[in-house]
Amino acid sequence: MISADLFSNAVVSGILLGGFYAAVAVGLAITFGQLDIVNIAHPAFVIVGSYTAWIINTRTGLDPVLAGILVTPIFFLVGVAIYRIYYAAFERTGQESLSGLAFFFGLMFIIEVTLILVYGVDYRLVNAAYIGESIDIGFVGIPYRMLVPFIVAVLLTGGVYLYLSRTFTGRAILAVAQDRLALQLMGADPVRVKQFAFGLAIATTAIAGSLLIIIGPVEPSVGRLYIGRVFAIVVLAGMGSIPGMVVAALIIGVVETMVGTFMGPSWSPAVSFGVLLLTLAVRPAGLFGRQ
Amino acid sequence: MVGSAPRSLLRTLSIALASAAFAGSAAAAAPLKIGFSMALTGGLAGAGKAALIAMEIWRDDVNKKGGLLGRQVEFVYYDDATQPAKVPGIYTKLLNVDKVDLVVSSYGTNEIAPAMPIVMRKKLVFPSLFGLAVNDQFKYNRYFQIMPAGPEPKVDWSRGFFDLAAEQKPKPKTVAIVAADAEFPINAAAGARKNAQRHGFKVVYDKTYPPSTTDYTPIVRAIEATKPDLVYVASYPPDSVGMVKAAHEVGLKAKMFGGGMVGLQFAAIQKNLGPLLNNVINYDFWVPESTLDFPGVKEFLARYQEEAKGKGVDPLGHYLPPFAYAYLQVLEQSVNSVKSLDQAKLAAHMHKTTFDTVVGKVKFGSNGEWAKTRVLMVQFRDVQPDNLEQFAGPGKRIVLYPKNWKSGDIVFPYKQ
Amino acid sequence: MKKISPFWIVVVAVIIAGLVFTSTVKNEYYFNAAYVVLQALLMAVAWNVLGGFTGYVNFGSAGFFAVGAYTAIALDKAFGLPLPLLILASGTVCGLIGLALGYLTLRLKGVYFAIATLAMAIVFETLVVNWAYVGGAKGAYILTPDSHLWFDSYIQMLFMVMLLLALAAIAVSRYLNSSRLGRGLAAIRDDEVAAECAGVPTLRLKLISATVMGVMMGVAGAPYPFFVTFVDPVSAFNLFIAVNSIAMPMIGGTAHWIGPVIGALLVGSLQEIITVTVSSELNILFVGLMLVGFITLAPQGIVGLVRKFRGRKP
Repeated sequence: MISADLFSNAVVSGILLGGFYAAVAVGLAITFGQLDIVNIAHPAFVIVGSYTAWIINTRTGLDPVLAGILVTPIFFLVGVAIYRIYYAAFERTGQESLSGLAFFFGLMFIIEVTLILVYGVDYRLVNAAYIGESIDIGFVGIPYRMLVPFIVAVLLTGGVYLYLSRTFTGRAILAVAQDRLALQLMGADPVRVKQFAFGLAIATTAIAGSLLIIIGPVEPSVGRLYIGRVFAIVVLAGMGSIPGMVVAALIIGVVETMVGTFMGPSWSPAVSFGVLLLTLAVRPAGLFGRQ
Repeated sequence: MVGSAPRSLLRTLSIALASAAFAGSAAAAAPLKIGFSMALTGGLAGAGKAALIAMEIWRDDVNKKGGLLGRQVEFVYYDDATQPAKVPGIYTKLLNVDKVDLVVSSYGTNEIAPAMPIVMRKKLVFPSLFGLAVNDQFKYNRYFQIMPAGPEPKVDWSRGFFDLAAEQKPKPKTVAIVAADAEFPINAAAGARKNAQRHGFKVVYDKTYPPSTTDYTPIVRAIEATKPDLVYVASYPPDSVGMVKAAHEVGLKAKMFGGGMVGLQFAAIQKNLGPLLNNVINYDFWVPESTLDFPGVKEFLARYQEEAKGKGVDPLGHYLPPFAYAYLQVLEQSVNSVKSLDQAKLAAHMHKTTFDTVVGKVKFGSNGEWAKTRVLMVQFRDVQPDNLEQFAGPGKRIVLYPKNWKSGDIVFPYKQ
Repeated sequence: MKKISPFWIVVVAVIIAGLVFTSTVKNEYYFNAAYVVLQALLMAVAWNVLGGFTGYVNFGSAGFFAVGAYTAIALDKAFGLPLPLLILASGTVCGLIGLALGYLTLRLKGVYFAIATLAMAIVFETLVVNWAYVGGAKGAYILTPDSHLWFDSYIQMLFMVMLLLALAAIAVSRYLNSSRLGRGLAAIRDDEVAAECAGVPTLRLKLISATVMGVMMGVAGAPYPFFVTFVDPVSAFNLFIAVNSIAMPMIGGTAHWIGPVIGALLVGSLQEIITVTVSSELNILFVGLMLVGFITLAPQGIVGLVRKFRGRKP
């Protein structure tokens, strides 16, 4: 059953899929990984991103990814506003862990239902010239529908990584996670830094959402399917490591396609989450976490 | 929650009064209440909302004609949110608190089954909307399924696909069966296995996948590696889209592809997939071909399409809405013939009568399913990109099976 | 223990009220509605035993619930056991899973633990989906048995069963909360390392509360198949079950045993009322808004509000 042809195709598909997962998870790697905010509504924002891309695409015919990039500033501001509420209600009072979780749970439902109320529950899809076509390199076939999201994902995660490691604000975000006091001594306001970081994380969902709707049809509750996966990726990586997150996303992607190709796809969730459980049991801080 | 009952009763009463006033008739008698639960949120909401629009059109039609038994018809319905756990509560409320006169089912197997024990205890007729083989378990003789699956629902579902395949020259030898891990697809795949066996096709791939799958190309590649002549897919809308796209991207070489894919009947998905659909053979229940031009169906769809605007539901409404209208027509015609709400008489009437509805003649068999299957196998033909209107008329979905409704010949093998 | 505490008087009164309810009220709707609320109450109390008392957040409540339901389905199909034995078996199975989860707390803290529970639920769901004997992905039908003791209908009996289970769970939770054990658990919640240093047997306490939580969720799931008559993995592992069992204690207040009870009665009843009055999406929207509103404005839940109102320190 295992042929070189199938095997290499599975690996390539897995890498492409993993790249897309990385794009969905990168925002969470910031909120959850760096800021310790359990934003369970993250996939719901991704769906909002998909709907935005869909609206712009069907109204103007603009490429969905460009549409996604175009609206990132708006998503950024929304993220800032949400962090403001979150800060005022929980962080200031030291209630963040449990209450914050419930807060985002509620937020997720509000987003989902608002989408249903406004746009209904029909599946939404976008048009772009490259959807449905593929290129063949040797015996490996690569659908553009997966390749485009992969390339955008690489640029997105790469950009976020460079931003965090090279710029002052980026380093300040990393510092928030590690040493709040030092940050304050440096004269940076931790709340402002976190607010900026949260905005940045939500801004990435605009792009991730446009990628999701390129890959397949979207309706308001699709986001729930991604909750487990994106949290698994961030935790598997070890909180807060962006390169680690990419590796974890690729692992999950490749495991899913390998199991799907060779064992029967119905086992792939158990295998990928089994990998997560095993990793946590052996290395609780994740693959690349701070021990 | 006990304290709220009077208020909700008041609410339904006020709705009743309002709707009676709207119908403009001097309804002397108390309104006749039909109760049901419907998925208006959650996974099945797209279908549930479309069904509700069709049902409301029926209600307005009946009330314009003077109602049932001279009483204005009124709906009492609640959202089951696509959660089966809510259904028992809703039906007991309908029967014990709202005191509805008749009940009909929600949409889908998962939402129909939980209502069955309650309806059975009260011995009510239960016209039912698109559940697959629910009555195989309950064996309730007052259950009537409007979905034209046929007397053996699971097997009849894919009978057409495999009968067509067996007629082709050279006769295909191998089949791949792939299904989503969910109630309907698993049952459809089980039926497909039986049909494959009946015709002596060798099953070379038989797997299921989780509905949360993002990328379907690995699955299609694994299928292609087994070089099947036929590929039978049982899937739900998002995976149907994924499968069709992946089949094109991988370059699937099967001679027939399709079968039991839910979603390819919906206009938005048809529009998006466009030419990728060409030559796919899939099930359907009604398509705008001349052979299926039943009296009233065009008029009904025109009104549905008007109502559906801006509601975020299927804009053309070929798949479910005519049947949601028809299952109430069956009830209407039975009540009018029997001239009472006597459930035993209604059931007896439903068993022996052939009904004329917008979906054609409906005759129920002893198990409450259609006496003869009318699962159509349609082939997409000559589909143009990015055009929704093309699906409103004939010529794009050719009926190949059953023979009575055939509107064209098969293109074989499947070419992309 | 000389004087009978008011708690037990209330418990006995509720049982008597329940029996009176079943023998006087014929309208089955109220039993269906009450069953749903009680099931949610039991799940909320269960979640709170671990999540509220020790601070270990369980995202996978739906997994426990579903394993309870599927244990009952499997044993019903295999041996046709009576309901009490099924409840016992489901409780045992889920208790063992809870115990395993308890050991997990040795290595995993905070969010890592929460994600691990979520992963566990997904692994269980995949197992059930692929387990053809209990119906797999296509679901299982359970025909309601004909016998229902002296009750007028099966749902009345199920209601009574659920009432007793819920009361038992409340009693256990109250005991855990107010005994010496409870102080240990609270110490873990506040600062686990400090508690360990102060000689609190943290592991033993965590194992106890994780096991108790598992047992409670398992027994909550066991009668579910007989209530809905059709169970498939999608509905049994429903996200709503997990959401409710977290949201209800949060709204009621997690630190005190009465918190989840108040939260579940309030939210559960409201949900039932909204289902049958306000149709469609507004239902979920309302739950979402209420959750966000409550959490933002009253982070200590209703119990916290009451305490603040009385001017006591929480």
